[in-house]
Amino acid sequence: MSATDITGTGGPPSPGATPPGRGRPDLAGRRALRRRRARSVAGTILSLALTLLGLLLVTFIIGRVMPIDPVLKVVGDRATQAQYDAAYIAMGLDQPLVVQFLTYIGDVLQGDFGRSISTGQPVSADIARVFPATLELATLGTLIGVVIGVPLGVIAAARRGGIIDQVARVVALVGYSMPIFWLGLMGLLIFYGMLGWVGGPGRQGILYDGMVPNVTGMVLVDSLIAGDWPAFQDAFSHIILPASLLGYYSLAYISRMTRSFMLEQLSQEYITTARVKGLSERAVIWRHALGNIAIPLVTVIALSFGSLLEGSVLTEIIFSWPGLGSYITRGLLSGDMNAVLGGTVVVGACFVVLNLLSDILYRFLDPRST
Amino acid sequence: MTFHLTSRAVLLASALAFAPAAFAETPADTLVVAHTIDDIISLDPAQSFEFSGNDVNNNTYDRLVDFDPLDPEAGFQPSLAVSWEVSEDGLSITFTLREDVTFHSGNPVRAEDAAWSLQRAVKLDKTPAFILTQFGFTADNVDQMITSEGNTLTLTMDKPYAPSFVLNCLTANIASVVDMETVMANEADGDLGNGWLNTNEAGSGAYVLAAWRPNEQVQLTAYEDYWQGAPTMKRVIVRNVAESSAQRLLLEQGDIDVARNLTPTDVESIASVEGVTIQDEPRGRILYMGLNQKDELLSNPAVVEAMKHLVDYEGITNSFLKGQFVTHQSFLPRGYLGALDETPWTYDIEKARQILTDAGIEGGTITTRVRDLREYIDVAQTLQAAMGQVGLTLEIEQMTGAQVLDAYRAREVPIFLGEWGPDYSDPNTNAATFAYNPDNSDEAAAVGLLAWRNAYEVPAEMNEATVAATLEQDTDTRAAMYQDIQRQYQAEAPIVPLFQRIEQVGMGDGVQNWWSGGAISSVMYRQVTKGE
Repeated sequence: MSATDITGTGGPPSPGATPPGRGRPDLAGRRALRRRRARSVAGTILSLALTLLGLLLVTFIIGRVMPIDPVLKVVGDRATQAQYDAAYIAMGLDQPLVVQFLTYIGDVLQGDFGRSISTGQPVSADIARVFPATLELATLGTLIGVVIGVPLGVIAAARRGGIIDQVARVVALVGYSMPIFWLGLMGLLIFYGMLGWVGGPGRQGILYDGMVPNVTGMVLVDSLIAGDWPAFQDAFSHIILPASLLGYYSLAYISRMTRSFMLEQLSQEYITTARVKGLSERAVIWRHALGNIAIPLVTVIALSFGSLLEGSVLTEIIFSWPGLGSYITRGLLSGDMNAVLGGTVVVGACFVVLNLLSDILYRFLDPRST
Repeated sequence: MTFHLTSRAVLLASALAFAPAAFAETPADTLVVAHTIDDIISLDPAQSFEFSGNDVNNNTYDRLVDFDPLDPEAGFQPSLAVSWEVSEDGLSITFTLREDVTFHSGNPVRAEDAAWSLQRAVKLDKTPAFILTQFGFTADNVDQMITSEGNTLTLTMDKPYAPSFVLNCLTANIASVVDMETVMANEADGDLGNGWLNTNEAGSGAYVLAAWRPNEQVQLTAYEDYWQGAPTMKRVIVRNVAESSAQRLLLEQGDIDVARNLTPTDVESIASVEGVTIQDEPRGRILYMGLNQKDELLSNPAVVEAMKHLVDYEGITNSFLKGQFVTHQSFLPRGYLGALDETPWTYDIEKARQILTDAGIEGGTITTRVRDLREYIDVAQTLQAAMGQVGLTLEIEQMTGAQVLDAYRAREVPIFLGEWGPDYSDPNTNAATFAYNPDNSDEAAAVGLLAWRNAYEVPAEMNEATVAATLEQDTDTRAAMYQDIQRQYQAEAPIVPLFQRIEQVGMGDGVQNWWSGGAISSVMYRQVTKGE
C-alpha cells in the first residue's frame, strides 16, 4: 500500500519569504480564477479516482501472483481434490484475471466488497468493526505526536544547540531506532505489569465489554455518548499506552520536521526585520515563523496520521487491538484478497480524505488562496 | 497555537494518562481465557474444521456420544443417546435418544433433528464431511442410510465397521446435533442454513453463543436449562491475544483466568509467580519428519534409517521445545486407542555414519522448505548440524505456512518438518493418512494423505492391515492391530514421528477441572469452576 500524493494537485505553496499580502483581482480575473478552480477540482477528483483504481489493480495483481493459495485457506489441509475444485470455481478463480478484476470492481461499485475467507464474514462488516478501532488509536496517537512534537521542534529550532535541542534529538533518534515491538512489550511490562497504571492488552476490560451501545465503533466516543464515565476511563486506560507508543513515533518524526522547517524560516530576512522592529522573541517565533511553516507541517502531520492508519500492525498485535493494519496483514498472509482489497480501498480513501482536508487547511492557513 | 495552550494540553494529557484506572479481578462466575482464535472461519459444525471453531462448537452443541471432561480416558460415553445397539450383521447401529433435552431455541431435541444433522453434513460435503462419508454415506443415499423413528436413530453402513470406530467418529464436531427448525428458517438459496450457521449457533450444548467478533473474542453464556445441569461459569469469554508475553502479563495481573499460548520462556518465568499454576496436557498433534521418496537421496532406505538417528530427541525436548513437546516416535498420539509408547531411535551420530558407510553413501545435498515458525526452524537447524557431521548438507528455505503447505501437497518438499493433528478421536484418523496409500502415482492426487505427499509407497499388507483394523469388532484386538501396524511402520516408513504436543496452560489458582480436550477432543467449559 503506497501513500497517494498527499499534497494533491498543485501542492502547497512553499512558505513565502515575506508575509504574503492580499491582492484584489478584477472581475475577469475572478472569473478566470473560478474556472481554474473548477478545473482543478474536477482534475483532483479524476486523479483521486484513478489513484484508487490503480491502487486496487496493483493490489489485485499482487494478490493473484502471490504464492499463497486462498482456496486451501477455505477448504483446509484435509480437503479432497473434488472439494478443492468446487471451492476454486465458487471463488471465481477459474476465470481470466481481467474478468476477475472487472467482476470485483463491478461488485465494489455496488457496495459489495465480497466475503473474507479468513473471518467468513462480509468484508464491509469486518471493516466496520476494525476501522473504528484503528481510527481511534491513530487519532489519539497523532494528537499526542502533534501536541508534544510541534512545540518540541519549535523550541529545538529556536534554541539551536541548547539542551532542549539535544533532548529532542535523542528523543527522535530513539523513536526512529527502537523496535516498536520491544518498546510495546516493555511499556506493557512497566506501566501495566509493574505499576498497574494502565489497562492491559485489548480495547476494554471484561466488565465493560459490550456495556456501551455501539454507535461509532470507537469505544472512547461511544462511552462519552452514553455518558458512561467509568467505561470511558476503562477504555482510556487501555488505549493510552498503545496510543502513546504510536504518538512517540509520530512525535519523533513531527518534531524533526518542525525543527528543520523552523530553522529555514528563522534564517529568513523577514525574521530579522521583525526582530529589528522590536517584536518580542516569542511573537517572532510562535506567530511569524510558526505561522509560516503551518502548511508543510499540515502535510507532515497528515502523512504521519495516514501511516498510523495502516502501519501500526505490530502495535495492534502486541496490544491485542483488533485494527485495520493487522486485518490487512492477516488477510495478505492467508491469501484473503477480498479482505486485503477492502482494507486497501479504505486506506486509500483515508489518504484521499486527508488530502482534501489538507487542501482545505491550506486555503485556511494561506491567505493567498482565499 | 500558543505555548500556554500546548503546555496545558500536555499537562491534561499526562494527568489523564496516569489517572488510576478501574481494575478488577475477573468476576467469580466468569471465565476469561486468552487464546489465539484467529483461525475461526466458520462456526457451522458441518464446515468448521479449525481448532478454535471446534473449541466453540464443543460447548454450544451436543452429540449422540461424547467424552466426559472429568474422565476423558473412559472414552466415548452416552450423551444425547442413552444407549445403542449394533445389528447382528454389524451393518447398523440403532441409538435411543433422551427425551428431556431442548435446544437453546426451546425446541425439543428429537431423533429427527439428529438424523437431519448428519444427513445435512453429508449433503453439504464440506471438508470434514469425510469423517461421516467414510461409512459409505453419499448425498444420494444418506436419507435412506440414516433414518429416525420416534426417539431412535438408525445408521446403516456399507460395511460392518468396528463399533468403536463409528462411535469415535460420532464424537467429532461434524456429528453435532443442530436444531433443524431454527436452521431451516434461516436457509438461503438451498444452502441448508450453512451461511447463517457460519456465524450463528443452533445447538443444545451447555453454552449459548452470545457473540463472536472475528480476531477479537468469543463470548458464551450458560444455558440454564442444560440437561446435565447449568454450568457453574455463567459466562465464558475467550479473547484473542496473539502474544505470549501479553497473555502472561494478563494472567499475572488477574485480568484473565487461563492463558493457552504461553511459550517455554513465559511458562518458566510465570511458574514462580504466586497465584498461578501451569497444567500440562498432552494434545493430539504429532511433530514429524517426512522424507520425500521422490528425492533420490532420501529414497535410499539407508538414508531414511540414518536420518532417524540424526534427530537429537532428548536435546530438543530439553531445550527449545521444553515443556511443549515430548518425544513420541509412533503415529498414534498418547491417549489414543492402540497408542504405542516404544521409542526405538536414539540420537546417535556414529550409528548414522555407519549405516551410511555400509550403504556406500558418501554424502549429498538436500534443499528443503520449512515453515517460518520458530520451533520448526530450530528443529531444522539442529538436524542440519547433525546431518553435516555425517556428510549430508541440508539447505533450508524459510517460507510461510501456506507456501510450504502448497508445495507439500504438490509433493515438492524433500524434508517436511511440521505437525499433524488428528481429525477425530479414532486411531484410523492417523493410520489412514500415515500408513495408507493405495495408489502412489502422481495422477492419484491423494493430496490428503501424508503417505502420498511424501511419495511413500505403502506396502500392500500395511494398506490391508489399516483397512482391516477399521472392521475389527473387538476393541482390544483392534488396539493390538494398530500397535502392530506402528511397529512395522517404525521399521520401514520414511515418515518419522518425532514429538507429541503438550499444551501448557497457565491458570489462576482458583481454576479447577480445566480440560483443553486432551489428545482426542476440544476444550470443554461446563465442568470448570473457580474457587477462592
